[in-house]
Amino acid sequence: MNLPLLTIALLLPVLGAVVVAVLPQAGHGTSRVALPKQVALGVSLLTLAVVGYVGIAFDTDGARYQFTETHEWIRVFGAHYALGVDGIGMTLVLMTAILTPVVILASWYDGDDGRWGANAFFAWILVLEGLSICVFAATDVFLFYVVFEATLIPIYFLIGGFGGPRRSPAAVKFLIYNLLGGLLMLAAVVGLYVVSARSAVGPTYLLSELTTVPIEQSTARWLFVGFFVAFAIKAPMVPVHTWLPDAAEEGSAGTSVMLVSILDKIGTFGMIRFCLQLFPEASQWATPVVLTLAVVSVLWGALAAIGQDNIPRLIAYTSVSHFGFIVLGIFVLNSYGQTGSTLYMFNHGMSTAALFLVAGFLIRRRGSQLISDYGGVEKVAPVLAAMLLVAGLSSLSLPGLSPFISEFLVLQGAFAHGWWWAAAAVLGIVLAALYILLMYQRTMTGPTVPSVAGLKDLDVREVAALAPLVLLIVVLGFFPQPLTSMIDPAVAATLEQVGATDPAPTVPSAPSEAAATEQESPE
Amino acid sequence: MTSSLTALVTSAAAEPAAEFAKPSIDYAALSPLLVVFGTAVLGVLVEAFVGRRSRYLAQTVLSVAGVAGALVATVWVASNLSATGTAARGGIEIGGAFAVDGPTVFLWGTILVLSLVSVLLFAERTLEGGVTAFAGQAAALPGTSAEREASTKGLEHTEVFPLMLFSIGGMLMFPAANDLITMFVALEVLSLPLYLLCGLARRRRLLSQEAALKYFLLGAFSSGFFLYGIALVYGYAGSMGFADIAEAVTGRIGGQPLLLAGIGLMAVGMLFKVGAAPFHSWTPDVYQGAPTAVTAFMAACTKVAAFGALLRLFYVAFGAARWDWTPMVAMIAVITMLVGCVLAITQSDVKRMLAYSSISHAGFILVGFVGLTSVGSFDGTRLSSLQSVLFYLVTYGFMTLGAFAVVTVVRDAGGEATHLSRWAGLGKESPVLAGVFAFFLLSMAGIPLTSGFAGKWAVFTSAVSGGAWPLVVVAVLLSAVAAFFYARVIVLMFFSDPIGEGPVVMSPSILTTIVIAVGVAVTVVLGVYPGPVLDLAATAGQFVR
Repeated sequence: MNLPLLTIALLLPVLGAVVVAVLPQAGHGTSRVALPKQVALGVSLLTLAVVGYVGIAFDTDGARYQFTETHEWIRVFGAHYALGVDGIGMTLVLMTAILTPVVILASWYDGDDGRWGANAFFAWILVLEGLSICVFAATDVFLFYVVFEATLIPIYFLIGGFGGPRRSPAAVKFLIYNLLGGLLMLAAVVGLYVVSARSAVGPTYLLSELTTVPIEQSTARWLFVGFFVAFAIKAPMVPVHTWLPDAAEEGSAGTSVMLVSILDKIGTFGMIRFCLQLFPEASQWATPVVLTLAVVSVLWGALAAIGQDNIPRLIAYTSVSHFGFIVLGIFVLNSYGQTGSTLYMFNHGMSTAALFLVAGFLIRRRGSQLISDYGGVEKVAPVLAAMLLVAGLSSLSLPGLSPFISEFLVLQGAFAHGWWWAAAAVLGIVLAALYILLMYQRTMTGPTVPSVAGLKDLDVREVAALAPLVLLIVVLGFFPQPLTSMIDPAVAATLEQVGATDPAPTVPSAPSEAAATEQESPE
Repeated sequence: MTSSLTALVTSAAAEPAAEFAKPSIDYAALSPLLVVFGTAVLGVLVEAFVGRRSRYLAQTVLSVAGVAGALVATVWVASNLSATGTAARGGIEIGGAFAVDGPTVFLWGTILVLSLVSVLLFAERTLEGGVTAFAGQAAALPGTSAEREASTKGLEHTEVFPLMLFSIGGMLMFPAANDLITMFVALEVLSLPLYLLCGLARRRRLLSQEAALKYFLLGAFSSGFFLYGIALVYGYAGSMGFADIAEAVTGRIGGQPLLLAGIGLMAVGMLFKVGAAPFHSWTPDVYQGAPTAVTAFMAACTKVAAFGALLRLFYVAFGAARWDWTPMVAMIAVITMLVGCVLAITQSDVKRMLAYSSISHAGFILVGFVGLTSVGSFDGTRLSSLQSVLFYLVTYGFMTLGAFAVVTVVRDAGGEATHLSRWAGLGKESPVLAGVFAFFLLSMAGIPLTSGFAGKWAVFTSAVSGGAWPLVVVAVLLSAVAAFFYARVIVLMFFSDPIGEGPVVMSPSILTTIVIAVGVAVTVVLGVYPGPVLDLAATAGQFVR
């Protein structure tokens, strides 16, 4: 307990990245030196071991924030190097640590044809892992903001350096959108400083101290807007989502996983951690608008996904839809919704990662991102087709796979808040079945198109990369308790801070039945 | 009006009657100034008496020693400042001409450290094949046989070192000046050598001379405004001393139009020096034309000195009239940021782009400047406006110096390859240098974990504390625009394919390497752990009145 485990967990990948960067260039010439890749994989597995230990040692009945470390950082700013995880943060740190080795294994050769070689690719991935762990564990707003912005750099170079032909504009678009959001948040962060400096607490950015600072109503609402816009761009929500499809189309599969499955979660995590806790009154005030945007995102993302012919763009739009669900669950302000949302973040991370990676394997083989270029792949590459089917079914929340549980909880929460929200969002599930199954049908079934006739099936490495994801999706589909028992107390504490209580069960379990009926309909 | 004029006349008449008392001079407190000016004079003597071959070495050593000596003296003066704590401390020297207080000493230290680094950039000889980057014989017309002769003989102007030292001396005087006359003299002392230095480039001499002439003409013009402003303010307050002016402004005696016109005209002169819009038009031309070492020195040190003087003039002399000038400065800040950020997008020359970037930084500093928290409200735990501006100046100075130092080493046959298209694919050719430049650009864009972010955070905070939040929102939006053009250069360097026969990155001597290394080190350290320097800025306290 005395070891600063979270610091170790975030420093390991960062230092590993430095080592990988200075090792002799991999994949050059005839002798493919695999050492940097092996080091990268080793470092990420080591990180997973540390994080895994933290996850096991995490006491679900213990204090809210565990493994805390607090050191004064910049006195004048009131900034601290403060880390600590509650159940929500723990879940996301775990997700990051699980996905990174998967991405490294799956992207084994993706870095070779990039602009600067494989070393840079894996080094940036590791840097990103370290920063992401830091962002999910930060309990100081300043530290959070700094790392939140710093994550832009690795992903910017990952998109711009390794991907499709129009990656530079995509990278710049990504950077400008996110920087704009980040800068608006900076204004709010600065405002928070001024508020705390004027209060009796004195200038501080520690979350634990800031929550005790009384903030004037109108100020709090403005600050909330600053934070929320940044998180909405990050998450991304309609109407500020347009950078994501471009980035996903141009980035390599591994980059897209890091971006969509991990980085975008910072947005929704930020909402639950900072928007709700720092500005409880403003959050309740903004709820109608946020829920509307969330539902619009659900439907818009799904409809746009149906219309896509480009596979990565399609997956990006499905994520817009899924993020709509997550935001919906957060802002219905009850425990079903928020537990569901947190679980959703984890499950979406796994299922979308699987989807992106399988699609990436497919695209790498055929060299085309367009659905119309494929057909009948399941006959030549049955394993690949099976993996795509599992990933796709998890994305449309088939019961028995883990995303079902989280989506169910979110909808249950939405019903408890107001049935019309849930009724609108439930349409998203119907549409999800459409976009996934249409894609599967058009690419995998039917007569085999000549251009995919010689397609090789997945090799051992690729299956090994996907196996943990599929395993988790299935196991957590039946047995989500390890995660929910971690998340529940954190959500309860958050809701207590917001001052929201679960609606009294006047009609016992009525909302859940309604949700269940709606849930079943698309199947 | 009449009565106040009569009062002025009588007081003016009464004063000469008193015995002229020789002002007592605390030489120790002014020792940094004296060291720099003394070294400059020695430098002139070296030009006269030392043989041509050994001049370069003598001048370099002398300049480094002089600036370093002044730095030591500054530290010594700082440790001897009268009181401690965050209250104003220090003293008024030479009958009110100078104020040696916390902010002065902090600015002195900043200017001297930046100058010390700049001297190394001036002394770089490897890049031009054994001679400095300055004209062999400035008097020879470009393209004549005299010029060719000068270059075949390997002549070089070592006078640049004493000129630079005089300019540094002026920069030290500027923020310390505590009356209008001293301030004007300081302004001229710092400017005149700079006008000359700008015209001394070895390559592209016509461009360089044009830059010098432009800078001189516009500079002289702005000095005229400044002087006229001084006259009006004197007419209003009846004194040149800041303390007396502050008293007059507080008492609101005399005609307001006189005071407001005076403030406005003096602001024109000062804002010209810091390169704020709409008085910025010289900046891109001069930054582009001047030898890059001079540009770096000018961009870093002049801005620090001029902002220091601007702060003292407006906070000390016109502090009581701040409701009159705050809207003006806020407007200027917005225009400056707008011009700097938007016009930088269209630039195709890296030096011009950095010039516009420096204009936008002037705008950001003005944002912090507007957030003037009233003098009494400073309680030591909160960030003050002065503190944030001082800190920003340090961060800005080092990243600018470093960025220009990088520009000097990217060269082709015609000297520095400053056209942006020539930088395409530089990340492939020399990843380290391109990475360093990208790092400076990210810092200028204000990405966290660089000093630029800490600086931005500080000025924004002080502005919000002062209630200027609309200004901060504008600044934040324009920061995103600025990020776009910085990112564009990074894209060009890393994501574009190299052009054939592109520029090569020359390996410079240890001197330029030190400059770049110092720039990177300061930018990293102030980004990751800005606490100590912020504390130092806090201990600088307030201006002594």
